[in-house]
Amino acid sequence: MPPTLLLSRSVLLEARRSGLPWLVLGLLAAALGLAAFLSQVAVTEGRELQAAFAAALLRAGAAFLLAAHVAASVVREANDKVLELALALPLSRSEYYVGKLVGYGAVGVALAAASALPLLLWAEPAAVALWGASLAAELLLVAAASLFFAVTLANVVPAIAATAGLYLLARAMAAIQLLARGPLAEPTWTQALARGAVDAVALLLPRLDAATRSEWLLYAVPAPREYLGVVGALLLYSTLLCAAGLFDFHRRNL
Amino acid sequence: MGAVPGWLWAALGIALGAQIAVQALRSPPPAAAADLPPAPSAAALKVASVGEPAAAARLAMLYLQAFDLGAGNTLPYRRLDYARLRAWLRAILDTDPQSNYPLFAAARVYAEVDDPARVRVMLDFIHEAYLEAPNRRWAALAHAALIAKHHLKDLPLARRYAADIERLTTDPGVPLWARQMEVFILEDMNELEAAKIMLGGLLESGRLRDPGERRFLKGRLEELERRMSERRRD
Repeated sequence: MPPTLLLSRSVLLEARRSGLPWLVLGLLAAALGLAAFLSQVAVTEGRELQAAFAAALLRAGAAFLLAAHVAASVVREANDKVLELALALPLSRSEYYVGKLVGYGAVGVALAAASALPLLLWAEPAAVALWGASLAAELLLVAAASLFFAVTLANVVPAIAATAGLYLLARAMAAIQLLARGPLAEPTWTQALARGAVDAVALLLPRLDAATRSEWLLYAVPAPREYLGVVGALLLYSTLLCAAGLFDFHRRNL
Repeated sequence: MGAVPGWLWAALGIALGAQIAVQALRSPPPAAAADLPPAPSAAALKVASVGEPAAAARLAMLYLQAFDLGAGNTLPYRRLDYARLRAWLRAILDTDPQSNYPLFAAARVYAEVDDPARVRVMLDFIHEAYLEAPNRRWAALAHAALIAKHHLKDLPLARRYAADIERLTTDPGVPLWARQMEVFILEDMNELEAAKIMLGGLLESGRLRDPGERRFLKGRLEELERRMSERRRD
């Protein structure tokens, strides 16, 4: 087996033997329980409410769990000098980094499958499959971001905070841009400057607001072209993060 | 477990007992009688939803409901500031335009108060929303037309709504009575008969699949039946 795949397998084994599966079970139970409670309060659209709420909670929960798991795992390895040991083996830095990312990506795929499964209670299987595949791509991006920040910052809390900041900003950026262009925005130079700054930041972020949409579960699945565009953009950004991480990993003096 | 000293077990037990006692003694929060806060803009709601507008819109509706349904009767509706309520419903509808929740609540909950001025605010909101997406929102305006006829006794307004439904709704799945809404409005039938036909039509058109909505509408129908039989007895 190539060393990259061996490394990925060890990452999967580590995830399986850690507390992650229990946390995922807890997340599923919380999503199902809260969705059932909210549907009792709603006077209409109970199914839609349950699907939208559970999807939103599972999506955010899966992203957080994966980011925390990746950051904790990478920083622990660095503190235990496992990284130095691994790099002493006939294994290039690129192989090590990519092997880790593939492993965390596989954990993300498993998390996405577990998150999508309960949504079959309220949505069509085709819509759930598209939502789940999009979540898998989104979690690969989260894993790439968390790996990048954990390797660069070498600390758990800053790595999780940076990943969460990037993730939330990327999800809210389209709405922030809309807000900046709102009808009440005054045509002053400061306003134009602020709008330009928002647009510039948006250029550096992935369009997470367009991915893994709960509207796909409630109303209609996206057109194939639109869907492939969204997932393709997520994969592109994951590649960018991987390249940035590799760049930093190669230049560091270990 | 055996390594834990006894005094620590006792401290843990006492602290837990004290926490439960403090929480049990605390009186439950009062019913939401506070004024409805000003509505956020749809853009602000979208930012706060961090890319989940469908979930955010429905959670905002549940929040809005807490200002009235929690009290268990219709009296608090009349205390609500309807201009603010309309702004809230508008913002929620703009956050997820495909959701039917704000219009359902406007037509079936907030428009069924005794205050004609407040009813008109809701009917106007429903009409405005209907004009944006007639094929998706005709059911709310159909109910608004019935409210205009039977509650407000404003036949011209009811006919205007009915005419708009006939003119702008092009979906072939719409029931016949809705496509001939003006005739339906002009027919000499009481509120209960009209409501029964409407409910039957909604069931037939497959729009009424939500069990909660069905239960709610059935409850309203029974309440109407009871009110009308009481009126007949008087």
